[in-house]
Order: sequence, then C-alpha cells, then structure tokens
Amino acid sequence: MTAPTAQNTGPSRRLAKGGLIDRSQPLEFDFDGRPLSGVAGDTLASALLANGVTLVGRSFKYHRPRGILTAGSEEPNALVELRSGARREPNTRATMVELYDRLSATSQNRWPSLEHDALSINRLAAPLFGAGFYYKTFMWPAALWERLYEPLIRRAAGLGRAADHEDPDRYEKATAHCDLLVIGAGPAGLMAALTAARSGARVILADEDFRLGGRLLSDAPEVDGAPAPLWVDRVLGELASFPDVTVMPRTTVFGVYDGGTYGAVERVSDHRAEPLPWQPRQRLWRIVARRSLLAAGAIERPIVFGGNDRPGVMMAGAMRAYANRFAVAAAREAVAVFANNDSAWSAARDLSRLGVRVAAVIDVRERVDPALTAPLAAAGARLMLGSRVIATSGKRLSVVEVLTGGKRETLKVDGLAMSGGWSPTVNLTCHLGSRPVWNDALSAFLPGSLPPGMTVAGAANGRFGLAACLADGAASATAALADLGFAVPSAALPRADDDPAGLIPFWHVAESKGAAFVDHQNDVTAKDIAIAHREGFRAVEHLKRYTTLGMATDQGKTANLTGLAIMSALTGKDIPETGTTMFRPPYSPVAIGAFGGSHRGKAFRPTRLTPTHGWATEHGAVFVETGPWLRAQYFPRPGERDWLETVNREVTAVRTGVGLCDVSTLGKIDIQGPDAATLLERVYINGWSGLEVGKARYGVMLREDGMVMDDGTTARLGPTHFVMTTTTANAVKVFQHLEHALQVLWPELDARIASVSDQWAQIAVAGPKARETLARIVDAPFDLGNAAFPYMAAAELTVLGGLRARLFRLSFSGELAYEIAVPARQGDRLVRALMDAGAPFGITPYGTEALGVLRIEKGHAAGNELNGQTTAHDLGLGRMMSGKKDFIGRVMSNRPGLRDPDRPALVGLRPLPPGARLRAGSHLIPVGQPTDAANDQGYLTSVAHSPTLGHAIGLALLAGGPRRIGERLRAVDPLRNEEVEVEVCNPVFVDPQGEKLRV
Amino acid sequence: MRIPCPYCGPRDAHEFTCLGDATLTRPDPAAPDAASAFHDYVYRRDNPAGPHRELWYHGGGCRSWLEVTRDTRTHAITDARFAADRSSAAQGTEDRP
Repeated sequence: MTAPTAQNTGPSRRLAKGGLIDRSQPLEFDFDGRPLSGVAGDTLASALLANGVTLVGRSFKYHRPRGILTAGSEEPNALVELRSGARREPNTRATMVELYDRLSATSQNRWPSLEHDALSINRLAAPLFGAGFYYKTFMWPAALWERLYEPLIRRAAGLGRAADHEDPDRYEKATAHCDLLVIGAGPAGLMAALTAARSGARVILADEDFRLGGRLLSDAPEVDGAPAPLWVDRVLGELASFPDVTVMPRTTVFGVYDGGTYGAVERVSDHRAEPLPWQPRQRLWRIVARRSLLAAGAIERPIVFGGNDRPGVMMAGAMRAYANRFAVAAAREAVAVFANNDSAWSAARDLSRLGVRVAAVIDVRERVDPALTAPLAAAGARLMLGSRVIATSGKRLSVVEVLTGGKRETLKVDGLAMSGGWSPTVNLTCHLGSRPVWNDALSAFLPGSLPPGMTVAGAANGRFGLAACLADGAASATAALADLGFAVPSAALPRADDDPAGLIPFWHVAESKGAAFVDHQNDVTAKDIAIAHREGFRAVEHLKRYTTLGMATDQGKTANLTGLAIMSALTGKDIPETGTTMFRPPYSPVAIGAFGGSHRGKAFRPTRLTPTHGWATEHGAVFVETGPWLRAQYFPRPGERDWLETVNREVTAVRTGVGLCDVSTLGKIDIQGPDAATLLERVYINGWSGLEVGKARYGVMLREDGMVMDDGTTARLGPTHFVMTTTTANAVKVFQHLEHALQVLWPELDARIASVSDQWAQIAVAGPKARETLARIVDAPFDLGNAAFPYMAAAELTVLGGLRARLFRLSFSGELAYEIAVPARQGDRLVRALMDAGAPFGITPYGTEALGVLRIEKGHAAGNELNGQTTAHDLGLGRMMSGKKDFIGRVMSNRPGLRDPDRPALVGLRPLPPGARLRAGSHLIPVGQPTDAANDQGYLTSVAHSPTLGHAIGLALLAGGPRRIGERLRAVDPLRNEEVEVEVCNPVFVDPQGEKLRV
Repeated sequence: MRIPCPYCGPRDAHEFTCLGDATLTRPDPAAPDAASAFHDYVYRRDNPAGPHRELWYHGGGCRSWLEVTRDTRTHAITDARFAADRSSAAQGTEDRP
C-alpha cells in the first residue's frame, strides 16, 4: 500500500457508467473549503466518496477518524455542518443531504484540522475514557464542575455548532387527511400505494429519500424482466394520474400519535442553497390517516470487531447502494466483505459485476450456498469461510487482519464491507408503547402489537425477499382498504425473485484486537458493555444510560441490537430475556424550527388591539402587553421627565378634573333566559334576584374550593337579560366556568351565554367633571342627573345623534365615573368625541399605570391580590357572602382553615420615613425580630406612589389583617437588600367613606 | 388524539381542554355531610387504568362540554356525548328543548 496521502481526496472513484445520476448536470461543492464536484442525483456522501474523500469526521469521544458507514438515515458517523452563517446547520447526515450546486459543508469535532486533530490524543487515553468515566472521575470537588470539567468536556466531546444568528428561513405547518398513509416507497410501499390508488382511496405515500424506490434503487434487481428503476418510474407515473394520491418525497414520517395521527417533516427546500422566495425551508405535517401501512424496510447492522470504525469500513448494503445507485466505488484498490449472511454475497456479486475488485469474502459460516460463492470465486475473490476479521489498520483502511483456519492472515484492501444481517425498521410500531418481538429464525425484532389502524409490510415485517415485499405490500393494502369498505380490483403482481437471505446470528468477534465499536456515534465499544456488565448495569435501560449506547442523534439505529446481543452473551440470557430499548418519536432528528412553524416573533401569538389603539398611537401612548392585549400604559407629554411624572399627572387629572381610559379588554358576557338570574345566584357569592332592571352590581365569584376566582360588575338590562364583565385576564376562564355551570352542573337552567367582549368598545370616563363631559354627547332626553341615573345605574341609550350605546355608572377610581360602551367599530369615533366633549375640562387620557394607582388608592383588589390563594374574607369581601342561598364555593369557603382569623388578609401600608419607597414583594417582619421565615407575616402585593397623598402606599396580605391596623412592621426586600418601616392602615387610602363616587 | 365531537365531528384534541372525571356529581350543599362530600368532590379523584369518563370542553369549536370515554392506557376514545344530555338523564329531569 502507498503511504496515506496528506490530502483527503484521491482520484475519482466514479464508475464509468451506470447509476441513477445525471452526469450531464455537474454540481460544484466544497468540503472543508476544498472545491469538489458531483452530479445531480448524488447525496453529499456519494459525492464525497466519488471524490475519494473517505475521512469525513472525528468521533464524539475519542476523536477517531471516521468515514461514511451507511447510505441512509441511520448514518452514525458522517455528520457535517452544512451551509454557513445564519443557515449553518450542525450534525446533518451526509448520507441524507441531497447535493446541490455550491453546497458547502464542514467537518465537525476536529481541531485544528480533520487530518491532524489535537484531541485524538484521547485515543491514547481511551482506557481511561470507558463507560462510567465521567461519573467516576469528575466527582469532586463539586465546585470544579461548572468552572472546569463541564466546559472542558463540552469542548472535547462535541458535535457541530449551531448557527449564531436567527434562522432566516420560514417553516410551515399543515394538516392532511387520507384513507391510507404509506410510509416508505420501496417495493412494498409502492405496491401498496398502487393497489390503494387503483381502488379509489385517498392515499399519501411518504418517503424520506428524494428519489423513491428504496432498495429497488440500491440493489438493482429486475422487476417484470427489466431494471427495477424502470418499474418504479412506471408506478410513479400511474400514481400521478390519480387526483387523490399525494406522493411526498423528502418526507420523513417521524412519529405515530393517538387517533391515527402521524407527524411528518417535509424537507421542502433543503436541497437548495436557499429556499425559493415563496417557499418554506421545511413543512411539518400532521397527517390524519384512517389506516397506515408501514413499509420502512430494514437497516443493516454492523459486526463488532477490532477497528470496525476505520474510514473504509462500510456496511455491505451501503457499498452496494453507492455502486448501483450512485455509480461510485467505495474503494479504489480492492474490497473485502465480512458477513454472517447471504445478502452480503449479493452485494459482493454486484460490486464485482460493476468492476470493483473483491479481494475476499469472509463469512463466519462454514458453509454457504455454492450459487452465491461460485460467481465470486470465478471473479477471483478468495472465499474465506468459517473466518472472521479481528483487526484493521491504517488511518484510512489499508490492511484487514483475518482469523481463518486457526491462523492470522492479512489482506491489503482499502475497503471492507460488513454485514451482520438486517433489522426490520420497526421504530414507528413502538411509538404508542408496544415493544417489538424477537424472532429467532430471522435473528431480528419484528413488530409487536401495532398502533390502531397500522399494518406492516415488507422488510419492516421481516419479509426480506423482493417478490415477498411486492406481494406483502399489495396484500396488506388490500386488507386495509377492504376493511374501510373499498372494492379493491385484483391485479397481477410484477415478476421478481427473492434474494437468498440465509443467516446465522453473529455479533461480536471475541478475538478482536483494538477497540471494537458497537455505537459508532457515541464511541461505545464492546469493552464498555463488558464494564457495564461487570459493574452491574445489566438491565437494558441501565446499560444504555451507563454506556450512552444508543443515546446519540442516530438513536442507535445501527447499534442497539448488537449492544443487546453482546450483553446477552455476557449474562447468558437470551436476547428477548435481556430486553429491548423503546423507540420514541422522532424517528430521526427534526429541527425545532419545523415544530415552531410560523409561530415565532410577532406570529408567536396574536396581539389583540383595543378599539382605540389607533387613536392612542396618535396621542403618543406607550403600550404594554397585558395577556394577549396591547394596552396604553401611559400617555407622556413633551417635557415630562419620566413615566412617574406622566402617571402622577394622569391620576391627578382624574381626581380633580376628568380622565378617560379604554377598558374594552374586560371580558363581557351576555346572559339571557328565564333562569339568567338563577345562574348569577349560583356563580356569585352575593344576591342577584333582587337587582332591578337598569342597575348594576359588583359581584365576586369563587372556585368550588372556596378561593376567589374573579370579580366584576354585572348589569341587568332586562328582566331576563344581563351583561357581565370579568377581569381582562380571566375573560376566557370565566366564560368556560359559566358554560360548565350551564351544561354540566345545572343543564336544567334555561339560560344561554355568549361572549361579547369583542363586540363592544368600552371607555371609562372618570372624575368630578365626568357627568358634564358625558352630558355633551348623550342624546336628549336622557337624564344624567344623580337622581335619574345614580351610582350603579345602567342604561341602554343613544349618543352622538343616534349611536347605540350602553352606559354604566361604575367607578374603579373612586371618583364620579361612568363606563360607556358602543359597538366596537365605533370605539374610535367615541373616544375622539369624548376628547372633544371633555376639552373644556382638560380631559386627560390615562393608561393602565394610572388605572393601577387609582385602584391602589382605593384599596381595590386586582390580579396581584386575586392570586388563587385568597378567599373573599382575605380580601375584606366576606360580608358580601349571602347566607340565603348556595353558590359555587360556599361550602368549601367555610372550612375552618379558610376562616382562620390569622390568615393573611388585605391591609394598607404606608412607609414611616417620609419619602421612602415601597417595593412590591417585600416581606413583613415584626420590628426587632430577625429576618427569617419564622417571622415572615405576609408580603406587599401592590405598591404605588400616590400623587393624591404625596407618598408611597401599598397593599399587603398580612397575617391577622385588619385587626392589626396601627401596628408598625418592617417591609424587607432581601432581593434589593432594602428595608423600610411601615404602618398598617385601612387599604382604602382615598375617600374611605365613598362619598365622591355618589355625587 | 382525536375526539368525535357530536356537534362538530372528529376534531383534533388541540381544540379541547380536559377537566377530568365526569362521574362526579356536585353534592347536595344542604346535606348534613356536605362539608366532607364537597371535600371529596373537589379533591379526591380515582386514577383508573382503563376506560375513564372525562369532561372535555370544546373551546376551539362549538363550546360544548362533552363527556368522553377514553381508555387511559391507550387513549382510545369509545364514546363522546354532550355533558348536558348526560346530566339531565342522570337527574331524571326532562331534556332541554
């Protein structure tokens, strides 16, 4: 052999002819900055191999040089970073990347270069890095974990780097429905889809590959006496003629969910440098299928022997696929084949036929069918039966050491195809919790109990022969459709042969020299499994966690079974006794972007705007998010230093003149029916039947456990007609609560509810000049006088010359105040009219900050106090509770614990040092006591600067509550390391007699 | 999961919210043992492995409260009906018009 070349390329290994590639369409790309070229139809892996690039990455833990192991989605080794900048995508499998022009890829986990990696020194220390190494070594001192160990480990044992910038591409989500979902477009899947299509069913055929056909492309058999790809094209042509058949290439069905729902990701634009302007990068599908047919094929498993990870060692089926489908010879000089089964001989035959020199076929079996051996013997291959590979050498494979007839021999080859048999791809059958079942005859796990509606066909069901796959696909589809009531026309099956599939179970070469890898991606060796066994981690789930077997991004597709088999040999139990690991979604990694879909940034959730939003914007409002709403927080004016100055001005305007505020975000529920009042009696703690038409009342509702759920006012517009308001935050919850009461608790009540939150724009007009302001917009002869329209009155009327409106005399601020509602689209007109009407009185728009200050000055409970842990008594509302009726929460609210006079209850607080500031969240500690949990007597729920009083005020939940008025306490804020002495006082700071709101 | 809403037809579970056990009946608040009966009603739940009658609210659809029979082991749904019909029947009163 020649010495290894310094360059990671060699002469072209593209075969002169053949392959399902388009040689007329060359594609330029680069790998680690080196310009290379491939052709249309290549994957990145096949193009790299065609250019002689066999060293593709460094391994996770030991930084061993690694090449390409497979030709499919199970690839554990050939992970690369694709693209650059914001589109850089780590850990993409070169075997699944469809080559496109100007593709750019970089190898991972190597420094300074792939060829010369500094951390490959880990290999020399490999004996130290075995299973459990991290657990045992980095135990102490604990302080070093975050500062030293973890950063070091992360740097050394890494995968690719995520992009540093926001993903510039779009992702979509979509839903599809069908009668039959066919997963996998190999022989069984294509036959099934064709059978279903011909019966008129709605069919979706999904395959992860960009070209459909599965093994028909890689194994190059004949179907109906012609090359299989011709048959594939004919089938796809016929499928295209059915309007209800959807063929989805580049689509991985990654998960099975309840109710016949399947998750799939369609790589819409991954085969382009950038998505076309109107297309997403990927599309996440929710496919709802009445029946599904899993035809996902099988995955070839490696044999565990010394140096089975060396670049140049490849799965036999993959080497066959690269030769047949991509016209690439995986080795330049010669290959050896090492197997325990017949399929590898078919692979060897294909390679030999295509001009790849097969130096030897090494089979652990003593006897192999002469029909398989004869053609290879004739082509000059050495037949080494009853033999095994024990070691390999070379940075890139150059020598294979074979134990044959009791002697060691070396073979000079630069390619080694291995095959330990095939494992049916049963992953999706397990997603709802069932486990696969071991089949001794096939030495493989087969599907166990299946998700409802699913059947499995072809190699995924252990039927490996081509003719068997075609027949199974047709029969399974026929059965599923007949079950759905479709008449399925019978049709002749295409002619095909079954490949021989003889096998003896063989997993691990005991005589191996050097590291023998079980899990290539996580660098788990046979020796690690022996360590796990020795140290007692023998159960499969322990084995997995202790060694990290099967826990890499490939989820152990090529590793799990061999790991299990080796443990089984160590324990002396058989494989089904040893167990199997579960398969969970996703089948292969799915980008978070696809799950997010369009729900990012502004589209993460909709923003709701109030009817006066445009007007508020014109007036320079600063907005704040309150739940889904964007509300005006305050309206700064030129010259104001900060928000506090603005808010003080707004509060003072309400207390001395007039202000207005959009309160449309409050939930509004229309309640009608003969039993409407009865419904209110049952959901509110206070009485309602006596409420006159034209009046409103404040109400409090409890949860059934006795805690306060929400509060608000409800007005009676007619004998059987009420309109309820809820807090902004609980609008949806209260509505659902009422529906529950009407439909589940008391369906005999004759009442109906409808949410009218969006139908009405509602504006609070508050302040001593509120009546005079409103008087200028209400239509005659409506009388706003205190006698005709007193506090808590409600009326339907017209304003602004015929505009339908509702007027409520409610006050959250404690001033003379009204809330006026008009149809939502008239809200903008209303606010402008009110601003004009109030101009002579200096009407001032105010936002949620001033609203908060006004309510704290009045001691009204709001969200901070209605926190789900407070009772009506806690909030000083206990006297509202009616003793004459039952209501939701009544019984439970009388539990002794909830009536304990020492429970935290609402009080007011004011700081003793003049000018001191209060902090919400501060804890209340008795003066002279240490600041600890034992002395914690409550906390401040809401604080504000009161411009009316000229100092800070606060509301608090304090143990013992109102009976402690006058006491002095310390308000301690350990977060800011502040503390201030406070005095407990009445929570109603302004106008405690409530005189102003009744004038 | 898909729930066959009797009004809307089979719909994705994302449109619904689950409240849990549908077999509970609000106790008589006037009964002498109301306190303990309400305690059980509010806090005590069985956690059966197998068929379970549950209340689901179709907030993303017709706003009906449904009683859904779901197997907690498999998520298989064998029945879905309006909760209002069930309660009326259970209490022996006439169905609503």
